[in-house]
Amino acid sequence: MGNAALDPGALSVKNHAMLAYIIKRIVQSVIVLLVVGLVAFAMFRFVGDPIDNILGQERTQADIERLRVELGLDQPFVVQYWNFLARAAQGDLGVSYRQSRPVVEILLERAPATLELAAVSGAMAIIFGIMLGIFTAIRRDGFAANTIMTISLIGVSLPTFLIGVLLIYFFSVGMQFTLFGQTISTDLGLPSFGRGETVKIGGWSTGFLTESGLKALILPAITLGLYQMTLIMRLVRSEMLEVLRQDYIRFARARGLRERAVNFRHALKNTLVPVITITGLQLGSIIAFAIITETVFQWPGVGLLFINSIQTVDIPVMAAYLMLISVMFVAINLVVDLLYFAIDPRLRVDRTARGH
Amino acid sequence: MSNTVLSIRNLVVDIPTRHAVLRPVDNVSYDIAAGEILGVVGESGAGKSMAGNAVIGLLNRPAHISGGEIWLNGNRIDNLPREKLRRLRGKDMGMVFQDPLTSLNPLLRIGDQLTETMLTHLDISRSEAEKRAVAALEEVGIPAAAERVNSYPHEFSGGMRQRVVIALALCAEPSLIIADEPTTALDVSVQAQIIALLKRLCRQRGTAVMLITHDMGVIAEACDRVAVMYAGRLAELGPVREVIQNPRHPYTDGLMGSTPLASKGQKRLRQIPGSMPRLGRLPAGCAFNPRCPKAQDACRIDPPPTMEDGRAACLYPIEIEKKVPA
Repeated sequence: MGNAALDPGALSVKNHAMLAYIIKRIVQSVIVLLVVGLVAFAMFRFVGDPIDNILGQERTQADIERLRVELGLDQPFVVQYWNFLARAAQGDLGVSYRQSRPVVEILLERAPATLELAAVSGAMAIIFGIMLGIFTAIRRDGFAANTIMTISLIGVSLPTFLIGVLLIYFFSVGMQFTLFGQTISTDLGLPSFGRGETVKIGGWSTGFLTESGLKALILPAITLGLYQMTLIMRLVRSEMLEVLRQDYIRFARARGLRERAVNFRHALKNTLVPVITITGLQLGSIIAFAIITETVFQWPGVGLLFINSIQTVDIPVMAAYLMLISVMFVAINLVVDLLYFAIDPRLRVDRTARGH
Repeated sequence: MSNTVLSIRNLVVDIPTRHAVLRPVDNVSYDIAAGEILGVVGESGAGKSMAGNAVIGLLNRPAHISGGEIWLNGNRIDNLPREKLRRLRGKDMGMVFQDPLTSLNPLLRIGDQLTETMLTHLDISRSEAEKRAVAALEEVGIPAAAERVNSYPHEFSGGMRQRVVIALALCAEPSLIIADEPTTALDVSVQAQIIALLKRLCRQRGTAVMLITHDMGVIAEACDRVAVMYAGRLAELGPVREVIQNPRHPYTDGLMGSTPLASKGQKRLRQIPGSMPRLGRLPAGCAFNPRCPKAQDACRIDPPPTMEDGRAACLYPIEIEKKVPA
């Protein structure tokens, strides 16, 4: 060991180990998705009776039988599961009971709203979270850093829906108070529901291009991203404080490197390894948590779609949402694992050979 | 002393705590000349590292220099503003830490860590810095340096990493190196190599070295002069041979007696009774008096004389006797 770079075959060995690792992770991901698929599929069997839901009160035994064959409900469980997976793999997630349209079509229609909201709040959470985390770590005992840390407790402890409602109350409804004889309103005229005007580009409806669309994004994005931002900030801070205590930081200082180089080149990069894990998972939960924010702001995304589908027992939509979220989580996890390789050279060595 | 690089005058380091002010370094003075290796020896907590950190300006808060002066190459540096002191670090004085496994940033190639240090201090181009990085690694004995520049720290063994650390400390050609227990974390077989390397490089370049250690073997092997510290104070200072063969401070004498020497063939090692007092619990008078076999009443009242006239800070130093050289 320790002579990897001297060995001419070392590079290919490393790549080989990395490839094997990636394949292993992909196989694991597929197994996870199969299990989730099973759960989603089981909902069809055990949550209510779709035939009841579709046919309603006025039905004959012949109608029931016909629909049962049509939906393939007369076949054995395993066959049904296989058919479900096969169709899902081809992008056919069934037909919504409620809207009588393909679920994929409905999801694609709703996805842009959720993805745009998640992208904005995710970017906000990461950018401000990391910046504030670094700031509070470097100025550990400063007044500003302590103030930020105290305020961040609010972000961690207040539930998302309450933050949403409070933001609507302050900046949309507007709170009025009198100061020095002048009436001041906190109303910024920000919309409290919906996406505002959207522009269609291809199949994608975006709110980024209109003023009302951008305005409509502000409050929901803050609501959704605030918790993640404070979490990332506190994580970056504690990791950074830990890293700043390390010998290599002392040694970097002893070599007279500029404070900026010590903080950002040496400390930050070492901080990022654990931060990436959590941040990756947080991005997944931003989309998953969007359910609450979308409900509060009546945001026409997949989260709201999911809530509505629960109320109407629209199982194909629920199942599809479950599958979608799990695919996303698995994909994010995979990307996070690959990012480790990019950041930490120690992982690029074959881990099984090193025994840890 | 001709050509003095580092001069410490009556250095005092204080750590204010809630209850009292602790004084890990108390009125310490010594000089190091160009090309000279000064060993600083003492038990854990004797203040040796604290003095080294004070010189390079890396005392951890709340520890701070509260008295005395530090002169480097004729310039006073203990009262410099942070930014000016930062520019001296790495360029005029370098430091080598105890544990080479944790001294290098695991995520940066060693070549990048070398060039980064040189580019910070020297007015050279990146390609010139890269050339010098390879040369610096060759000089500390890294085989195939041209390829190893691109390796990460984890691809080196402990001894090799300490060589890299030394290359890093020396790459901007400082006139002073503070080596804080540079061999303590290494295998015994590697220790001698590292000491020999440090010695060779500093002799070649005329670099002054403050070698902090608790290993008398290392002192005997590498140093020209030795400073013995006890409870933050200097107990004895002198040329290595004299101090080892004719220790004058009872503490130094005890330290020598407790060091195993293969040539002497002793059956039992002597030991100094008791242990070093904690800071803030120092006895009145000489800090060593409760453990000293020769302590008199006077030792319990007044602090021992400073080292200006004699080389031991003791009221009743051991008389010089002719011992049989080992």
